[in-house]
Amino acid sequence: MAMPAAEIAALIKAALPDAEVEIEALVDDGDHYRARVVSAAFTGRNRVQQHKMVYEALGGRMGGELHALQLVTAVPN
Amino acid sequence: MSDTNERLSQIVSNNDVVLFMKGTPLFPQCGFSSRAVAILDHCGVAYESVDVLQDMDIRQGIKAFSDWPTIPQLYVKGEFVGGSDIMMEMYQAGELQQLLDEQQVAKAE
Repeated sequence: MAMPAAEIAALIKAALPDAEVEIEALVDDGDHYRARVVSAAFTGRNRVQQHKMVYEALGGRMGGELHALQLVTAVPN
Repeated sequence: MSDTNERLSQIVSNNDVVLFMKGTPLFPQCGFSSRAVAILDHCGVAYESVDVLQDMDIRQGIKAFSDWPTIPQLYVKGEFVGGSDIMMEMYQAGELQQLLDEQQVAKAE
């Protein structure tokens, strides 16, 4: 039930190719991460919509295979 | 499942501020739920909490109801606001307090 950080980043970048993705492990168990995702695709979307786009990129793993992903989204400056 | 949706609709429409969480405000069972409780306490707002661990239908149903994969989830006046990350971002930006003020929800006693 663990997922390496690189796999999470790859899934996000597959759905949001321009995204800058930083992932940091909160606990070293392959299951608790913090991610910051910056993408122009978030422009004009509210936070809930932005987070949903990332969850969609993870294809249903969020809340299942991946227990905890603390998420911050932003548009590029 | 539609019964569950009906129950969820009633919960979020009968209470101004509702937090779906794991555990209770006094004994949260997950770090994210604990953070959500702390944020609402800092806002000084009265809220209803629903312990999803006590009800499997609610625990699964709320995810579909909100189209949101994780717990906790905050509702204000029947509207889904977000999970604990969004609550924290909004709180830090002063937006959560603003939303609660605008919606004129009751203060905690």
